[in-house]
Amino acid sequence: MESVNNRLLARRLVIKNELGLHARAAARIAEIAQRARFQVWIVKDGKSVDATSILEILSLACTPGTTIMVKIEDKEDIDILNNIAELVEGGFGEG
Amino acid sequence: MIEIKSRNMVLQGIGASPGIAIGKAHLIEEEGGISLTGKYFIEEDQIPSEITRLKNAVQQTKEGLLQIIRDLPEELQDHAYILETHLMLLQDKKLYEQTVKYIEEKQINAEWALKASMDEIRKVFKKMSDPYFRERASDIVQVCDRILKALTGTEAPRISEIEKGVIIVARDLSPAETIQIQLEKVKGFITDLGGKTSHTAIIARSLEIPAVLGLENATSLVRTDDTIIMDGAAGVVIVDPTEDVLTKYQKRKHRYEEYRAMVAQSSHLPAETLDGHRIKVMANIEFVGEVASVIDHGGDGIGLFRTEFHYLNKEELPSEEELFDTYKDIAEIMAPRPVTIRTLDIGGDKFSTGVELSEEINPALGLRAIRFSLSSPEIFKTQLRAILRAANFGNVRVMFPMISEIDEIIKAKQILREVCESLDREGLPFKEDIEVGIMIEVPSAVIMADVIAKEVDFFSIGTNDLIQYSLAIDRVNKDVAHLYQPLHPAVLRMVKHVVDAARNAGIRVGMCGEMAGEPAHVSILLGMGLDELSMNPISIPGVKKMIRMLSVEKSKLFLKEVLNKKRSAEVVRIVEEAYKKLFPDAAYFEHGYNINHER
Repeated sequence: MESVNNRLLARRLVIKNELGLHARAAARIAEIAQRARFQVWIVKDGKSVDATSILEILSLACTPGTTIMVKIEDKEDIDILNNIAELVEGGFGEG
Repeated sequence: MIEIKSRNMVLQGIGASPGIAIGKAHLIEEEGGISLTGKYFIEEDQIPSEITRLKNAVQQTKEGLLQIIRDLPEELQDHAYILETHLMLLQDKKLYEQTVKYIEEKQINAEWALKASMDEIRKVFKKMSDPYFRERASDIVQVCDRILKALTGTEAPRISEIEKGVIIVARDLSPAETIQIQLEKVKGFITDLGGKTSHTAIIARSLEIPAVLGLENATSLVRTDDTIIMDGAAGVVIVDPTEDVLTKYQKRKHRYEEYRAMVAQSSHLPAETLDGHRIKVMANIEFVGEVASVIDHGGDGIGLFRTEFHYLNKEELPSEEELFDTYKDIAEIMAPRPVTIRTLDIGGDKFSTGVELSEEINPALGLRAIRFSLSSPEIFKTQLRAILRAANFGNVRVMFPMISEIDEIIKAKQILREVCESLDREGLPFKEDIEVGIMIEVPSAVIMADVIAKEVDFFSIGTNDLIQYSLAIDRVNKDVAHLYQPLHPAVLRMVKHVVDAARNAGIRVGMCGEMAGEPAHVSILLGMGLDELSMNPISIPGVKKMIRMLSVEKSKLFLKEVLNKKRSAEVVRIVEEAYKKLFPDAAYFEHGYNINHER
């Protein structure tokens, strides 16, 4: 599993937490994405936004149950991708 | 004729920059916000300054929010995340970049551009069907409102619109604002916040403009056009004075100017004690433009050249050529006098936009100065290359700030060697045997001074930070600022320890903190045996004059007496007494010590 993830430059994720990708959650994603060397994208319904901007993420209006795709541009940023995936899949630790 | 009763209201603040000013008040109000925002077009050449203004406003807002978060009472801590989200929104690049784009493309003022980008973003959210997301529009408005307040509150255009010869009264002035002010129009600064060692104070002193800070409520007591007398040494502000008081201060102002002229006349004489010891009296500077003032004031060199300004308020990191040009200019002008270039001391109350720094709760103890340089070797190397190349054009020394252990010096010197090698390979001219020194400003470096002395050519004691770190006092926090005691016996013993360690190791030792620029402290410093004192250019003549009036032998005896004292107050008392006896005019004008002068 780990080795597969380590090769992918994009992950498809479902938003599980109650409020969706709300401001605080978006802020946490943006914070991680800001550490990336290259661009990090969040894609919803074919619309891509810059993951380092909370406003951009919020503008996707990802309600609970939405499927998003997180994309990186270089495998150097694989940890960034995995961290974001972990966060989303864990419902941002909101139980 | 209407008779107006003079209020003659006397306010006591912190005397932050000496001098007497008499003039009309110009109040810079804090009220701002969307409704009061003016919209206007700007000229193309104003675009960069407008963007800087936006950036400063964002930064100011950010600091304000951080302060609010820090001050949040325990029971409200759960709400901190709202403010933290605002903090993130504030720094969001979409909002910022959009606003910058509007300023550039539409050539409109920052307020207008910000409002336009806010409206656009808000529109996107307003259209959303989900109520939670729709509501986020209000967060964006709140954040923008904060920035707008920062923009319209104490912003530069208002300051630059002022009439000639006013005394600025403001809640606070950021260093950037203080610099932006057209100085020929300003007679003095009065602020509610700030203290003797705040950046505003330092700038005011270097510009020779009187300043009284930390008045707490001056902005609510003073109205624009009130007549004001201010004494920047005594920290006194008199609002709406009576005729008698006015006449008295006009006389005092005249005497002050005579005194300054007298000091300046003798500033080119060497700083030699009565018993023949020569001390190098040097300058702390930040800009190339200050070099002229160093020479005018009779400085023997640059004891501290702060290099941060190249990294502040800029999108991009400075290039090697840009740094080289500046360092070369200073080295050439000052040659053969020494120029001590301190490597990047970023962190603390300073910031950089070209460098991604994470939020720190306690920046004074965080990733700054040499720690930052060692963690960003590329940035560090670029600066060292520029320094080594400039060294070819004069007497340049390099100095590393905030050293706390020997390995930092070893690593920094290793990088310096690598830089030498690469310059050599590239065939660029540079000077290899440059003097390497460090700032002593962390207590651990004081204690280990004997060990680390073996690694360097000189020490420079940075008293501002050393006092802050060793007494655990945040010098910009007004509640504890009074505990910031340069003459604390612990501080004096530490300085003594460092000087002795340097003596034993046979290296040079100087001081470049505020303490070095106080004429009243000269006797103590001479007694300790410092080789160099570095200070604001304006302080040089007074300190030189003092040195010429003292002898090292007598100073040693005086120091012995000082070191026997148990508390700061006792030290302050004997220092003041000795100083007043020797130099009554200086005591009064530089420090506001009240002696035999009617007030």
